[in-house]
Amino acid sequence: MSAQPKIRIRGLTKQFGDKRVLDGIDLDVPTATSMVVIGGSGSGKSVLVKCILGIIEPDDGSIEIDGKDVLKLEPAAQEAVRGEIGMLFQNGALFDSLPVWENVAFGLLARHSVTREQARARAGEILTEVGLAPSVGDLYPAELSGGMQKRVGLARAIAAKPAMLFFDEPTTGLDPIMGAVIDGLITQCVKGLGSTAIAITHDMASARRIGDQAAMLYKGRIVWQGEAQHLMDSGNELVDQFTHGRREGPIQMELRR
Amino acid sequence: MTDLLAPVALTGRGFLVALGMAGSIAIFGARGISHIFRPPFYVRLFVRSFVEFAYFSLPVVAMTAIFSGMVIALQSYAGFAKYGATSAIANIVVVSVVRELAPVLAGLMVAGRVGAAMAAELGTMRVTDQIDALTTLSTNPMKYLVAPRLLAGTLALPLLVLVADILGVMGGWLVGTAKLGFNSHIYLQNTFDFLQSMDVVVSVAKAAVFGFLVALMGCYHGYNSRGGAVGVGAATTNAVVSASILILAFDYVLTELFFAR
Ligand SMILES: Nc1ncnc2c1ncn2[C@@H]1O[C@H](COP(=O)(O)OP(=O)(O)OP(=O)(O)O)[C@@H](O)[C@H]1O
Ligand SMILES: [Mg+2]
Repeated sequence: MSAQPKIRIRGLTKQFGDKRVLDGIDLDVPTATSMVVIGGSGSGKSVLVKCILGIIEPDDGSIEIDGKDVLKLEPAAQEAVRGEIGMLFQNGALFDSLPVWENVAFGLLARHSVTREQARARAGEILTEVGLAPSVGDLYPAELSGGMQKRVGLARAIAAKPAMLFFDEPTTGLDPIMGAVIDGLITQCVKGLGSTAIAITHDMASARRIGDQAAMLYKGRIVWQGEAQHLMDSGNELVDQFTHGRREGPIQMELRR
Repeated sequence: MTDLLAPVALTGRGFLVALGMAGSIAIFGARGISHIFRPPFYVRLFVRSFVEFAYFSLPVVAMTAIFSGMVIALQSYAGFAKYGATSAIANIVVVSVVRELAPVLAGLMVAGRVGAAMAAELGTMRVTDQIDALTTLSTNPMKYLVAPRLLAGTLALPLLVLVADILGVMGGWLVGTAKLGFNSHIYLQNTFDFLQSMDVVVSVAKAAVFGFLVALMGCYHGYNSRGGAVGVGAATTNAVVSASILILAFDYVLTELFFAR
């Protein structure tokens, strides 16, 4: 049984209009490992993660979590599975009408597992874990810098100690030091919780810091999967061109899509 | 030949689109209503929407009601003076305000104020992934965002309209006594003699329907908006325009239902 991956995706396809974004994705994410997904802008990385989250309904294929195909489950059972996933959205997606502490404690309050006072105290602890002062809890998301927003988004994602954690470009738009700090927090959270993680990133340094394994998405398919440490010397032409940022190579940038 | 048929095809396609939209709004509304009755209940959010709807719309609706009562008094005096039927003015004011003007104008004002704000808020939440984020935090967005607003709209507008009824009649009384020289006591006597409880019931019933429509249009267009700032802008416009049209259409239907016998 231990060989069964936490997340197993087979033949996942998704088309918007006549544009085929995902074209038969096969991907296994073993339990308690973190998988880095790389790929060009617009290659469908966010769509892939949103399919697993159930925010976007795929056209075809299967997504198994712990061996159960979530696409075939009853809505209530689907919600239960998705309750085990924490997500850091690409743009943060913090609730801007709520103070930071309520953002962080949102999942706890939604499950009614705690009172508001307890949630508030817990939010302060989690904010400390991601390197923010508990007093930040009283601010509103609009009053935070981009880096602080990422940290709050991270705090919100890990608050309920989820079994799975998804990160969509956690370090994009941050300075290199802050990027490294966030990466550190992510690995700390993932290892600390023993969670299974999927992280999308464009940043190769970040990919090697966060990832145990890596996969590359190109033209709607996974074209390479291997150890994250081998991203720079994978021997795969597509991956090499991407990770080294070469303009010449098999990947032709499609300026018009 | 194809050119000749183009307008027909266009009309047909427009009709189909409208039909499909009506269907999806109906489904959206039904889902929203069903969540009002199933726990968990977000009391805090309901109260927030209710206050936004009722309390903060009060000044706008009050002004609208007072002035329309005043105008009706003035207009009907100008029209009826030559028939010597000036005593009818109190009656005309109370009937037109309570049956029609208060619910319709309050509905339209609230559509512009609250419906637009709802569409903008939900639309922004949609395009910034906040609605998706809700689903990842064990929260059903229909229950969290839509249900409290629908309930607040349906309950708050009747309250507002009762106030508008009173203020509208007061507006008429103000013009009647201060400008047209009626006796205050007789004017009020005429008003209460003519007002029937059915009129108030209709006023409140219309208000409940209009409040629901305003909230439904605000939520539907906001919830389903897409395409960044432009999309949110379009959602806001659509929410106000469609709510206004629906208010006038349902006003006719309800009037037909209650009074056409
Ligand atoms: N809801 C949607 N409706 C229509 N098209 C969509 C939708 N969501 C995504 N797409 C399209 O799918 C493609 C992949 O989008 P996606 O957001 O997954 O890219 P990405 O790999 O995450 O890119 P980036 O690295 O820039 O975030 C894009 O071309 C986008 O236009
Ligand atoms: Mg993306």
